[in-house]
Amino acid sequence: MRNVYGWLLLTPAAILLIGFTHYPAVATLFDSFFSTGTVVRPSRFVGLANYALLADDPIFWQVLRNNLAFAAGTIPTSIALALLMAIWVNDKLPARALVRMSYFTPTILPMVAVANLWLFFYTPQIGLIDKVAAVFGVPSHNWLGDPDTVMACLAVMTVWKEAGFFMIFYLAALQSLSPELEEAAKIEGASRWYYFRRVTFPLLMPTTLFVLVNATINSFKLVDHLFILTKGGPDNASNLLLYYIYQVAFSFFETSYASTLTVVLLAMLAAMAIVQFQLIEKRVHYR
Amino acid sequence: MRSILAIATAALIGLAQAAWADTEITFYYPIAVGGPLTKVIDGYAAEFEKANPGVKVKPIYAGNYDDARIKALAALKAGQPAQISVLFSIDIYELIEQDVIIPWDDVATSAADKAWIKSFYPALMMNGTYKGKAYGIPFQRSTIVMYWNKDAFKEAGLDPEKAPANWTEMTQMAQKLVKKDASGNVSRWGVMVPSTGYAYWMFQAFARQNGQDLMNRDGNKTNYAHPDVIAALQYWRDLGAKHKVMPEGTVEWGTLRQAFTEGKTAMMWHTTGNLTAVKGSAKFPFGVAMLPASKQRGSPTGGGNFYLFKKTTPEERKAALAFVQFMTAPERAADWSMATGYVGISPAAYDTPKLKAYAAEFPPAVVARDQFQYATPELSTFQTGRVRKLLDDAIQASLTGQKQPADALKAAQTEADKLLKSYR
Repeated sequence: MRNVYGWLLLTPAAILLIGFTHYPAVATLFDSFFSTGTVVRPSRFVGLANYALLADDPIFWQVLRNNLAFAAGTIPTSIALALLMAIWVNDKLPARALVRMSYFTPTILPMVAVANLWLFFYTPQIGLIDKVAAVFGVPSHNWLGDPDTVMACLAVMTVWKEAGFFMIFYLAALQSLSPELEEAAKIEGASRWYYFRRVTFPLLMPTTLFVLVNATINSFKLVDHLFILTKGGPDNASNLLLYYIYQVAFSFFETSYASTLTVVLLAMLAAMAIVQFQLIEKRVHYR
Repeated sequence: MRSILAIATAALIGLAQAAWADTEITFYYPIAVGGPLTKVIDGYAAEFEKANPGVKVKPIYAGNYDDARIKALAALKAGQPAQISVLFSIDIYELIEQDVIIPWDDVATSAADKAWIKSFYPALMMNGTYKGKAYGIPFQRSTIVMYWNKDAFKEAGLDPEKAPANWTEMTQMAQKLVKKDASGNVSRWGVMVPSTGYAYWMFQAFARQNGQDLMNRDGNKTNYAHPDVIAALQYWRDLGAKHKVMPEGTVEWGTLRQAFTEGKTAMMWHTTGNLTAVKGSAKFPFGVAMLPASKQRGSPTGGGNFYLFKKTTPEERKAALAFVQFMTAPERAADWSMATGYVGISPAAYDTPKLKAYAAEFPPAVVARDQFQYATPELSTFQTGRVRKLLDDAIQASLTGQKQPADALKAAQTEADKLLKSYR
């Protein structure tokens, strides 16, 4: 009887999870072994053919490289910046609430709105960046139209958007630290940097892990800005894995191949999450 | 309890009868340009309902072209009613392959109906016709034109009333129009052609002007690697790389209009769909002209057509035909063209008093019409998404200097051949 009650309590959440998370994931895996069906040519079992196609697809490898570069460019920077901002606004400074709020503002804006703003920052000549640069005599640059700079432009915007969100977690963690630790450190004569390195940062490890996992997932799942800024161009220079999946599924109508790409994305994210939790968790908690 | 049941039953029967008495037409439509256009469409639907008692029209706004196609197809798969839709004109092969549409010729059987199908500009029917049958009836259609800044022309010592008529003139005039500041940085470019988002569409204009179409009429063969097509891409690349009259790299579609109205480029190629917006924001006199010629003039058409879905009853098809005829009647087409900047879809629309009056006061409104004689259908093939992206990537790789135009286009052609082989 007690079990029934427990299961009943679990049911609403379970239905949502199964219906919107687990079933689609399994169905996607299943679909990746079939060809895309049309009325003329119905779907049939093709085994690993879609995966072979994927291995031969130069655009897949390019978007994967792009995505790794994007992750490497955004994750460490946004975490470092978030920590810095959190420590800064944790101190007693004038207009603290205002500073905290302004750091957090980018987070509450929708990504599409942010992308539309930054589109005009990056626009050659009439954009904010080029206007400011022109004051110092720096020639105009085609930021989003140049394959060498487009990825960095996207990374800068993403860091700006994300750092404030991660700051909130660090700020909460900092405020839960006991002030006695700091007093003790002061009495012992520890420098601020030493205190941060040996006390604050280790105590923040659980938060860092949480933020790291989120930042990693975000770097693979956040592609809204591509719709506005570059559509993956020029020549796939800024295309990311999830945006490529969207193109394959809804522009090329190759739902099977899109499923295959999705399976790869899911597998990668799952593997990363496991590694992060398993390896880092051992060293997360301060002893 | 029993009385409640009786009332409920009666209400249900009443509802059912109302549904039987009426034919309901549900249609999905996309909006790809600015302005409060859902209101305009709702207004047309209400007007039609008033004139045709017994037919209900339910317009559903469905986002951009991609969204509209996805939503309409999903609704059909789920068994939701949708009798007609406005979808991208180039979706035709995809819809035929999915076997969800039927030609309008099947329902438009009377002499008057047949004359109606023939009443549109032939250029606008090219993307809607497959094996001699009309699957798409033009509705929100556009084409590419050249906008030029008359003040900039004057400043550069050029005739402000005369746009370049051919490529050589465009290059020469653009060179005069480039303006540099004291430190040698360009403060105004000669010409800009957008190359993000719809690069293939812009390139079709270059290719057509150089005498080539990019695909055949059956949608199963592309023509990317023809020497004249390669020369067309070389010219586009040279505008930036050699003549230095256009920024190097890609030019963003979304911000080009502002670049033009801020005076950062003296000429731009853009869709007629932007005409009303440019008119509203340019602080200088500007002109609109046909695109320049190389071997000939040329510009692709674009935009959305009405499609008729297969899963419809004979009554619904009849009502749908009446509605689409209503929507494409000259009066309404003229009204729609003025509200949006889309082209009038039939010669009769341009003969209506209100569009005549509008054109007299604002001559750029008819440039698109005059260009129809040089028009070519928008790039559309089987597997159209992939085939189009191959071309987009080749263009962007050339414009950013990563590949030579010849190599990029030949590679794209090889890939396109692989995709289309099984449709020949």
